[in-house]
Amino acid sequence: MQTTSDEALIGRIAAGDKLAMQVLFARHHVRVYRFVLRFVGDPSRAEDLISEVFLDVWRQADRFEARSQVSTWLLAIARFKALSALRKRPDEELDDETAQAIEDQSDDPEVAVQKKDTSTVLRQCMTKLSAEHREIIDLVYYHEKSVEEVSKIVGVPENTVKTRMFYARKRLGELLKAAGVERGWP
Amino acid sequence: MNAMFKTKAAEREEVEALLPWHAAGTLSRREADMVERALAADTNLAAQYETVREDLAETIVANESLGAPSARAMQKLMADIESDASTARRARASFNLGEWLSERLSSFSPRTLAWSATAAALAVVLQAGLLAGMFVSERQGANFQTASVQTDQTMKSGTYALIRFAPEATTGDVNKLLETYKISIIDGPSGGGVYTVRLAMTGMPKEELARTVKKLQDESVVRFIGPKPAE
Repeated sequence: MQTTSDEALIGRIAAGDKLAMQVLFARHHVRVYRFVLRFVGDPSRAEDLISEVFLDVWRQADRFEARSQVSTWLLAIARFKALSALRKRPDEELDDETAQAIEDQSDDPEVAVQKKDTSTVLRQCMTKLSAEHREIIDLVYYHEKSVEEVSKIVGVPENTVKTRMFYARKRLGELLKAAGVERGWP
Repeated sequence: MNAMFKTKAAEREEVEALLPWHAAGTLSRREADMVERALAADTNLAAQYETVREDLAETIVANESLGAPSARAMQKLMADIESDASTARRARASFNLGEWLSERLSSFSPRTLAWSATAAALAVVLQAGLLAGMFVSERQGANFQTASVQTDQTMKSGTYALIRFAPEATTGDVNKLLETYKISIIDGPSGGGVYTVRLAMTGMPKEELARTVKKLQDESVVRFIGPKPAE
């Protein structure tokens, strides 16, 4: 079934079409919510922020130049909003504690290793990565963003994107090794 | 000679850096071919690529477990749009159809007016139908579903997995895969384009589940598959 492209929806939103806005929201809000939630850690705050992200789209749709995908534009706005929200309340910055509150619903890495559940250990170790490393892993693996698109969202050169991803993987390997899982790399 | 070694080392480094994007399927054709060639020739690199695929699978599972926002987010957005200054400005700047119509119609004869009114009513009905159809299809039909989609009640027993299909896979490819493996789509797609599928009506032994997942992972139609974590 053919669906209206994101770019066409943005064009209609720029002309004041609220229905197009609802369609774009329905298409992308879950991904944007999950991206924001990884930063702020609070579901209610993440909901408020995604409303703000799409309100910005409503306001700025006529300035969208299609140099990147609409989803890349949305994630770039979302990232800016999430970081601004964290700056306003620095005492609530995403630290290990907040990150674990979002995801750490299973055994500790050591306990999980005893149970030989490598998948669980891997997910646990991911929560121990820095926010910067976790973000790039999410963007590449979950949001399926190319090197160029990650560069646009995060605002760093493409070579930095590749290097950052490499070090994120390396760090993850080290965390796994410390938790008793040897994968042969790094 | 030294220069050649340096070039080889630099090329391997470049390929190593690109592995995550290769696993995610977001490289250009040229880059993907380069990575494929390197993987075929270098077993260490191929082993490293396996760890990348594991990382990708668990990242998807971790994100899928984050849930979805409530309807409040959409309600807040629409309320904010209604009260936003840019909305009022756009409404003022847009073409005033009512004003234009009344000016034009005042110059027409009663018979012409009657025909025009009928045509206008028809156009309004047609447009309303198109808009409603588009909205409904976005909400329901645009998300890939098959006749095998089932309700929450049927999810209580069985073995489940999370799956993301390759972007180039057609509906026919997906249906063929579902038929071949006798699996059914239970839910999805989620925000991340991930579906929940039932692999068996009963709980599968761990080894059998791992074998089935591995077989499915090797299918070109499948971009990612991993066991669905218990809820």
